[in-house]
Amino acid sequence: MTTTTDSAGTGHHPSPLAAFWRDFRRNRGALGGLVFIVIVALAALLAPVVAPHLPDVQDRNAFLVPPVWVAGGDWRYILGTDDVGRDILSRIIWGARLSLSIGAIVVTLSLAIGVLLGLLAGFLGGLFDQGIMRLMDVLMALPSLLLAVAIVAVLGPSLANAMIAIAIVVLPHYVRLTRATVLTELAKDYVTASRIAGAGLWRMMVIVVLPNCLAPLIVQASLGFSSAILDAAALGFLGLGAQPPTPEWGTMLADAKKFVQSGQWWVVTFPGLAILLTVLAFNLLGDGLRDALDPKLKER
Amino acid sequence: MLRYIASRLLVLVPTVLGIVLLAFFLVRQLHGDAVEARSGERGITAEQLAERRHALGLDRPLYEQFGAYLGQLMQGDLGKSYVTQRPVIDEFLELFPATIELSIVAMIFAVVIGLPAGILAALTRGSVLDHGVMGAALAGYSMPIFWWAILLIVLFSNILGLTPVSGRLDVLYYIEPTTGFMLIDTLLSDEPESFWSALRHLILPSVVLGTIPLAVIARMTRSAMLEVLGEDYIRTARAKGLSPFRVVWVHALRNALIPVITVIGLQVGTLLAGAVLTETIFSWPGVGKWLIDAIGRRDFPAVQGGILLIAVTIIAVNLAVDLLYGLINPRIRHQK
Amino acid sequence: MALLEISDLSVRFGQFRAVSGVDMTVDAGEIVGVVGESGSGKSVTSLAVMGLITEPGKVSAGAMRFDGRDLLAMPARERRRLLGRDIAMIFQEPMTSLNPSYTVGFQIEEVLAVHGAGNRRQRRERAVELLELVGIPDAGRRLSAYPHQLSGGMNQRVMIAMSVALDPRLLIADEPTTALDVTIQAQILRLLVELQRRKGMGLVFITHDLGVLAEIADRVIVMYAGEVVETAATADLFTTPRHPYTAALLDALPDRALATAAADGRRGRLPAIPGIVPGPFDRPAGCLLQPRCRFADDRCVTEHPMLHPLHPGAARCHRPLGADGLPAGEIGRVA
Repeated sequence: MTTTTDSAGTGHHPSPLAAFWRDFRRNRGALGGLVFIVIVALAALLAPVVAPHLPDVQDRNAFLVPPVWVAGGDWRYILGTDDVGRDILSRIIWGARLSLSIGAIVVTLSLAIGVLLGLLAGFLGGLFDQGIMRLMDVLMALPSLLLAVAIVAVLGPSLANAMIAIAIVVLPHYVRLTRATVLTELAKDYVTASRIAGAGLWRMMVIVVLPNCLAPLIVQASLGFSSAILDAAALGFLGLGAQPPTPEWGTMLADAKKFVQSGQWWVVTFPGLAILLTVLAFNLLGDGLRDALDPKLKER
Repeated sequence: MLRYIASRLLVLVPTVLGIVLLAFFLVRQLHGDAVEARSGERGITAEQLAERRHALGLDRPLYEQFGAYLGQLMQGDLGKSYVTQRPVIDEFLELFPATIELSIVAMIFAVVIGLPAGILAALTRGSVLDHGVMGAALAGYSMPIFWWAILLIVLFSNILGLTPVSGRLDVLYYIEPTTGFMLIDTLLSDEPESFWSALRHLILPSVVLGTIPLAVIARMTRSAMLEVLGEDYIRTARAKGLSPFRVVWVHALRNALIPVITVIGLQVGTLLAGAVLTETIFSWPGVGKWLIDAIGRRDFPAVQGGILLIAVTIIAVNLAVDLLYGLINPRIRHQK
Repeated sequence: MALLEISDLSVRFGQFRAVSGVDMTVDAGEIVGVVGESGSGKSVTSLAVMGLITEPGKVSAGAMRFDGRDLLAMPARERRRLLGRDIAMIFQEPMTSLNPSYTVGFQIEEVLAVHGAGNRRQRRERAVELLELVGIPDAGRRLSAYPHQLSGGMNQRVMIAMSVALDPRLLIADEPTTALDVTIQAQILRLLVELQRRKGMGLVFITHDLGVLAEIADRVIVMYAGEVVETAATADLFTTPRHPYTAALLDALPDRALATAAADGRRGRLPAIPGIVPGPFDRPAGCLLQPRCRFADDRCVTEHPMLHPLHPGAARCHRPLGADGLPAGEIGRVA
C-alpha cells in the first residue's frame, strides 16, 4: 500500500537533541557519573586553591596521621598523611590533575591518529588498508596492559612513555570503528552522488563520513578515558608509569603497599577509591551515552 | 569442519608474523640500547663496541638479522636470560603452569558466578536485583585490581586471618613438581593434606584476577539473554506451551551462550594481562611476575621471549574458542 | 457456543493503546480473516489471545473465552497446557521463528513431548508423518536439518507441521505467507486451508491482503489503529463495504482497480489511501480515520464512533456507506 506523508507533520515527535537529553537524563547512573566527573575536573583545575597542602610538602611532625574521624586524627589532614608526612587528600587532588590529563591526552592522541588511519584505510583501500588492518590485528591480539608493559619496556618507564603506550594500545578500536563506518557509508548512494558531483577526498572524509561515526566515537572516547586512567594507574603501580614522588594515584598505591600489613589502611584506601570512582564515573557516562546515542541499544 | 579449522589457522598467519616482527624490533631496539648505554662506560673503545655489535649481529643487514631470528624461533630458541643464563623457553615453561592454574581457577570463579548472575539479571530485568547485579558488575569492571587485591588482603588475611598473603603453598610443605599444577601435585604427593594449603593460597589471587572477567561475563550474559529473549523463536517456543523454565534454559540459553563464549575467550587475554598485576601483588611464581621482574632487571631476552610466548598463547586460546564457537553454533558449523 | 469468544479486548503499552475494545468470535470449522495495515493491532490481538503479550504490555478484556473456559481467569500453567495443544499459532517470519540451535525434528518432537504425547519413538514417527503431511519430501532425513539449511517456504511448512502436531481446535496464522515468494505463498495458503477443512479447525487468518481473504475466509474483521472498524461475512464485505476504510482497501486491490479502469475506459493509477495509521503521538480526537477520510464531517472530528450494527455486519462509522458506495445524503462527489 502506498502512503503519502502529507498528514504526518501534526504530531509532537521530540527533536533528536531533546530526545538524546531526555534519554540521557533518565539514566541516573550516567547523570551521577557526569556530575562526579565535573566535580573531579573542578577540583583538579583548582588544585592550588582547593588542596589544603602542596602534594610534596612533608610534615615531619605528622607521619602516618589517621583520617579525622579516627582517634588521633588531625583536622589539618582530613584523609590522614603518609609515611613521610604528606597530606593524602592534597595528593589525591593533585593526582586528579594527572589522571584527567592522562585521560585527555591519551584519548586525544589515539582519537586523532585512530580516526585519521581509519579514514585513510577506508578510503584508500588496497595495500595501505591491508597493512594498517593487519597491524591493528597484531595490536588487538595482545591484551592492552601487556602491550603497554612491552612498549614501556622499550621506551623506559616514565609517565610520558606510559601515555604513549596506552594511546597505541587503544588505537585499534578507533581505527576499526572509523574504517567500518567509511566502508558502510561509501557503499551508499549519496556518497557516490557527491563523488560524481566532484567532492574532493578530504571533503568527503570530513563532511560526508565523519558525522556518521561520531556517536560511536564519542562513546568509545568516554570509555577510553576510563581505560586510560586505569591502565596508567596500573603501570604506575608496577613502577612503569609515573615515578615517585609524583602524586599519581597508581604510583601512590605502589608506595603504600608496605602499609598493608601494619594497619595504616588510609594510606592505601583513598588513592584506590579515587581511581575506582573516577573510572566508574567515566564508565557510567559512556554507558549512558551509548544508550542515548545508539537507538538500536536504547530499549535494552 | 577441517576446512573451517584450516581457514581459521590461515587467518592467524599474518597476525603471528606481525607479533614476531614486533618482538624482533623490540629486542633489536633493546640490544641496541644496551650497546649504546655501554658506550658511555669508562675505558670502552670503539673496537670493543663494534665487537659487541658484531657479537649481537647488529652489524648485519636487517633482513638477515630477521631471517636469523626466525630461524632461531623455528628451533624453539628464544635466547638466554642475561640474569640466569638459562634458556628463556625453559624458564617460561617452568613458571607457566602456575599462571595457567591461577588463570583457570580465576576463570572458573568468573564463569560460575558471572553467568548465573547475568541470566538472573536478564530475567528480572528492571528489578532491584537486576540493578544490583549490573551496578556491582560495573564497579567490578572499573576496579583497579591491584587495589582490590590490597583490600582483600587487608580484610581476609590481616583482619580475619583466613587466607595467606603470598606464594602458592605453606613453607612447611615441599612438593616435587610433576604436573606444575599445585592442586594436582599436592594430591599426588605423600602429603595430600597440603592440597588445602594450596587451595587457600589460590583463593584471593583468583578472586582478584577473576573480578574483571566476572563483570564482563555478567554484563555480556545479561545483554545476550535480553536480546535472545526478544527473538521470534522464543515467541514460538512460548506459543508451543513450554514452561518459562524450559523456554529460558533450553531455547534462550543455548543461543545466548554463543556471544558469551566469544567474550569468555577474549577474557583469556585480559586474564593473562591481569596476571602480571595479580602475580606481582601475591608473589605468585608465574610468568607475569617473572616478566615484570625481567623488565626491572633489564633482562631483555626474557622480556622479549615472554611477551612473544604470552601473545602466542592468547592467539591459540582465541583459536580454540573460535572452534568451540563453531561447535555450538550450527550456522557456522555448516559453512563448508 | 463459539470456540473463541472475545469481548472488549484492550492491550496497552504504557500510554499507548495498541488494541482497544476488540470483539471477536470464531466458531469451530470457520475461517475468520483479520485484515489491516501494519500497526493496526491485528498481530497484538492474536498475541493477546495466546497470552504472549509480555511486559510492559497490559491485557484487559470483558471476556476472553476458549471453548467456554475463561482464559484470563485460568492459572498460567493451565493456560500453557492449551497452547500448542488446543490453540496453536503460526508466525510471519519462518526464518527467525524456528530456533537456529536445534534441528527441526527436535522442535517438532518437543511440542509433542511437552504435552505428553507418546514415547520417544512414537514422537519421531509422528514427526515424520507430520512433515509428510505438510508436503516436505524426504521427511525422515529432514528431521535432522537445522532451520538455516531450509528455505523460507520449507521452514513455514515445518512451522505448520509443528502447529498442527496435536490437532489443535483453533489455529491462528499471523501473516503466514507475507515473507514468502508469490508461488510459495499460494502453496502454503492451499496447505493451510486444506488442513483446516480436513481437521475442522477454527482458523484465524491475519493478513494485510484483503484479496487473500476473498478466496478463503467465511467472515472478515477489518482493523484500523487498534480498533475493529468493520466486520461482515466475506461476500457482503466485498460487495457492499460499509466503512470508508474498507472501501478504500478494496479499491486498492489491483484486480478491482483494473476492473474499474476497464469500466471507465481509462487506465488510472492504483488508488492509494492518503496518509498513514496514526502513531502514539498523533491520534486524532474523534474518528481515528478522519484525517484520511474523504467523507469526514464535523462530527467525525469531535466524536469517536461506536461499532454500529448494520444488517448484515457492523461498522465503526458515523456515516456508513450505502450500496452506492457513498454515505447517506452524499451527492456523487468523487475525488
